Formats: sequence, structure tokens, C-alpha cells
Amino acid sequence: MSLRLPRIGTSQVVALLAILAINWVVSPQFFDIRLQDGRLFGSLIDVLNRGAPVAILSLGMVLVIAMRGIDLSVGAVMAICGAIAASLADSHSLPVVLAAALGAGLLCGLWNGFLVAVLGIQPIVATLILMVAGRGIAQLITEGRIVTFTSPELAFLGGGSVLGLPTPIVITLALLALTVLIVRGTALGLLIEATGGNARAAALAGVGTRLITLAVYAWCGLCAAIAGVVAAADILGADANNAGLWLELDAILAVVIGGTSLFGGRFSLVLAVVGALIIQAMNTGILLSGFPPETNLVVKAVVVLAVLLAQSPRLKGLGSSLFGRRA
Amino acid sequence: MNAASRLMPVAATTAVFLLGFLVCSLTFPNFASLRVVMNLFTDNAFLGIVAVGMTFVIISGGIDLSVGSVIGFTTVFLAIAIERWGVPPLVAFALVLVICALFGAAMGAAIEYFELPPFIVTLAGMFLARGASFLMSTESIPITADLYSHLADHALRLPGGARLTVPAMIMILVVLGGMVLLHLTRFGANVYALGGSRVSTALMGVNVTRTTIRIYMLSAGLAGLSGIVFSLYTSSGYSLSGVGVELDAIAAVVIGGTLLSGGYGFVFGTFVGVLIQGLIQTYISFDGSLSSWWAKIATGLLLFAFIGFQQATLRLARRSRRHATGGAHA
Repeated sequence: MSLRLPRIGTSQVVALLAILAINWVVSPQFFDIRLQDGRLFGSLIDVLNRGAPVAILSLGMVLVIAMRGIDLSVGAVMAICGAIAASLADSHSLPVVLAAALGAGLLCGLWNGFLVAVLGIQPIVATLILMVAGRGIAQLITEGRIVTFTSPELAFLGGGSVLGLPTPIVITLALLALTVLIVRGTALGLLIEATGGNARAAALAGVGTRLITLAVYAWCGLCAAIAGVVAAADILGADANNAGLWLELDAILAVVIGGTSLFGGRFSLVLAVVGALIIQAMNTGILLSGFPPETNLVVKAVVVLAVLLAQSPRLKGLGSSLFGRRA
Repeated sequence: MNAASRLMPVAATTAVFLLGFLVCSLTFPNFASLRVVMNLFTDNAFLGIVAVGMTFVIISGGIDLSVGSVIGFTTVFLAIAIERWGVPPLVAFALVLVICALFGAAMGAAIEYFELPPFIVTLAGMFLARGASFLMSTESIPITADLYSHLADHALRLPGGARLTVPAMIMILVVLGGMVLLHLTRFGANVYALGGSRVSTALMGVNVTRTTIRIYMLSAGLAGLSGIVFSLYTSSGYSLSGVGVELDAIAAVVIGGTLLSGGYGFVFGTFVGVLIQGLIQTYISFDGSLSSWWAKIATGLLLFAFIGFQQATLRLARRSRRHATGGAHA
């Protein structure tokens, strides 16, 4: 086991490097980074910056999926929290705005967690409710308009920079560090994996599966809220129709690319973020190469299929019977 | 479960629809007419067709997220085939149905042979079908073939100025066909069995692989038919048509009383579920001052109410069974 540990994630990192290399071939200035007005600029920074919302979402999604759950509502929660942040930004101070937006996200997450953990509804269905209704709620908050704001404090979260790095990247890194510290620094990660592997066995062994489920969905809602605020701060406004649209699928994809099994029981936080970067690097690469952005979806579909086939229990069985048990 | 409690969810859905219709009729004087009902059928024909396919998938314990994209693909394919390649519309219809059925079969095969979750396989299918329609054309292409204007004018005239249009007729035929297929054939029985327990179904001697592939073929094929109806309805092909229809279809199936865990449900319930969603839209357009986003919130609330209702009845059924067996299997 200890011998295999360093190998975990090799394929994801190699894939990311390969895509970055292809981007470099397509556009030779890809790795050029320059410092301007105290902020770093360049395509590579752009990949990190644009990938931040999905990366933040995937930090919540990865724990949900590790518990054999799924959260379809994160895109709609992003829209709700972005709408709240944008409508309050010009009339309230930043702490109030953040507390309101993040509180709403937490509430959405708790609602999902309540449906799954207490009422025992399947995760796909439970989160479908908020996915359908959430965009309506966001529209209600913005009254159907695209709400814009000018507050420089909130705008800083999307367009500012800390020590030269754009704020979204800093937020993502800080959140990643915090999540790793909480989940891997304590037994929580183990308990989550136990719940995902076999919820009944975990409960019999004394794990508080219900509370953990509730907490993980709440965390996922919180991450969606942060992503929503960052996305709204980036465009200085909130569009209830399009904010976070389809991002739940990107986040699930990032988690799956990151090697977390959809059958629950094992997960990697860092690799989920790497997965988000792989997706963004592909998007950027397709744009840079001059292919129409429409090819994006086809490429994504092919990647999902490839990752799925690599995860498939049937193919793994085939592989080990062909190559023996050397690995 | 005895027959009465088996039919309870569908009865509840029907009661909700009738109650909703009554409320609408009392609120708006012109509402209670055959014309409004027929418009309800026409406007929701494409959703009704695709929801019938979704009912089969969900009863078998699966899910199909690709149907909205397949509708988009179908409309674009038809527009390009008819307008640019000069294919006769009827040939194009047949061609697109075959393509969609093959697409569904491929997804079913991937789910079955590689033991992958249907959710993620059909998600990939969703990307693929939408991407394919984007690649064909990103613009809305009008379809000017004679057959289209002919079919659009063609309708069965009913009293009171009501018209039973071709899309509505197709939907009614699909719903009736779906009922026969699900409730009266061996394939239908296999679908229920598969949703109840895969392992027992296989042990009973049912060919699980073939059944799964056929279920997804049916769903994608009906999505193709729905796309044809959608293109008749709009007389155009657009790569963004049908976005989010998979959610509406799943919502209709759930509101119709089908269990998302599989093994239980009726096509008729789905049909009423579609009508309820249409009723909400109609209410909003009659009212005029309400915004369309209320439709989403109302659908979400209904979803929650019906899922809660299902969960409660399941628990009751389990408890009464435990009482009946004296706790022997508890």
C-alpha cells in the first residue's frame, strides 16, 4: 500500500501536463507570464483563474460523491448566492454581504442534507428539487433582471489580486488547504469514506452517518455559495439565468476525472482540483487553437467516456486477468 | 401492496390536476373549455412523448439525462437534412429515428457491459448529442418543406373552436402505446422486474442485457420522435432546443407517482404529471402579471410534495408489512 501511494494521481497530473503542452504547441506564448500593475497575467494564470469556480465547487462535490451521493443543485445555489451578493453589495458592508450569501448557501446545503440524511430520499432526486426550483428563487431575488453592482470590496474577490495572484486563485488555494486540514487532518475523511463504502456497516460500527451526511451536503452548499460569490464578483453582476449554468456537470466531471469513485468510498481533494484545471485547460486550449468553442462539448464527452471506461469494474477485471497480478 | 394502495399515487396526481384545473377555471372565466385543454396537449406534446420513454427508464431503476440534447440534435439534423441535403421529410424522420435508437442502444450497452452508473453514461451522452448538434449548426434553421406547413395546418376540428393537432395526436398515440407496452407485454413485465431487483430478474432467466439496451433504445427513440414533433411545432431546427427538457421529463415522471428507485409506476401518471406542468405554465400565461420563474418554483414544490408523499407511503407500507408478518422479517 505504501509503495502504491505516490502513484495515485500520476495519470491526472500527466494528463494535465499533456494538455498544457498541447496548448503550448498551439499557442507558443502559452507559458508567458508577465507582471503588470502588481498582478500576474498570462494564459496559464488565466486557466487557474477561470477554473477557480469549478475547482471550488469540486471541493464540495468530491466529499458528497465520496459518500455515494451527488449534488445536482450547486449551479442553482451559485445563482442564488450570486444574486444575493450582487443585490446587497452596494447597500451593505462586505461582511454582511458575505454572511448573507454564504448563509444562504449553507441553508441550501442543509436542505439537501435534510432530504438525504433525515428523509432518506435518493441524492439525485433530493438535489433535483433545488436544481429545478433554485433558478426560480434566484430570479425572484433579482426580480428577473441582471443585477449589477459597483462595490469595490466585492469586486476585489473576483478581479483583485493578492501578492500578484488573482483573488479567485488565492481563495481556491486557501479553501483547498482548509478542506485538506479539516478532512485529512482529522478522522473525518476516514468516516466519510466509511459511510460511502458501506453506510450500514459504518452506522453499525458507530459512525454518526446521518450527521456526517448532513454536514457534507451543508459544506457542498457553502462551497457553491463561495463559487457563486466569486463568479458574481468577477462579472460585477448576477445573472440568475446563466450564473453557474451546467457547472454542476463540470464539477461532477472534475471529481470523476480526479479519480474519485462514483461508487463511493475513496476520494482525493487535490486531484479533484486538478480535474477542474484539466477541464479548464481543455476549454482554453480549444479557444486558443481556433477551433469553434462548439467542439468543447464533444471533447468533454470523449473525456468522460475515457475516464469512465478506465474506472469500469469490468475493464479492470479484464486488465488484471490479462496482465496477471504484477501491479 | 394491494390494488387500492398501488393506485394511490396516480390517484393523488390526478386529483391534484383536477383540483388545479378547478382553481384555474374559477380564477379565469374562459379557462374551462375544450380549447384550453387541446392547447395544453399541443404545447406539451414533445414533453409528453419524451416523458413516456423516461417512465420506462426510471421504472427499470435507471435515468436518462441525454433526452433534451437528443431533441436538439434531432431538430438540427432534420433541418439540415431537409433544407440543405434535400432529403424528403419522411425519409429524414425515419433516418433520425434510427440514429437516435442506435445512440440509445449504445448508451444501454455501455451501462450494461461496463457496469457503469446510468447517470454518468447518459451525462456523457448529453454532452455528445448537444456537441454534435452544435457542430452541425449553431444557428436556427427554418424548415420550409411543404409537409411541415401541411402538417401544421392539419388538425381535427372539435366543437368550440378546439383543434386536435398532429403533435397532440402523436402524443396521445405514444401514451396509449406506452401503456400497452408497459402493462401488457413481457417486455413491460421485465422492465418492472429489473427495477425491483436486477439480480432476481437475471436469476429468473430474463435477459437483463437485452432488456436494458431496449429500454435506452426506447427512451432515445422517443426523444427522437419528440424532436420531430418539436421541429413540427417550431418549423425550425436549433441546436439549443430542448435544453433542460430532461429535468422537466424527470419531474413529470416523479409527479406522476413513479418511484425513482424503480420497480413501480404508471405511464398514465406521467401523462398527468406532464399536464400538471403544462397547467402551471398556462395559469401563468393567463394571469399575465406573474413571471415565468414562478413555474420553476411551483414545479420544485410539487416535486418535493410528491417525493415526501412517496417516502411516507413507503414507510407506512413497510410498517404494515412488518405488523402482518409479526415482526418475523423485521
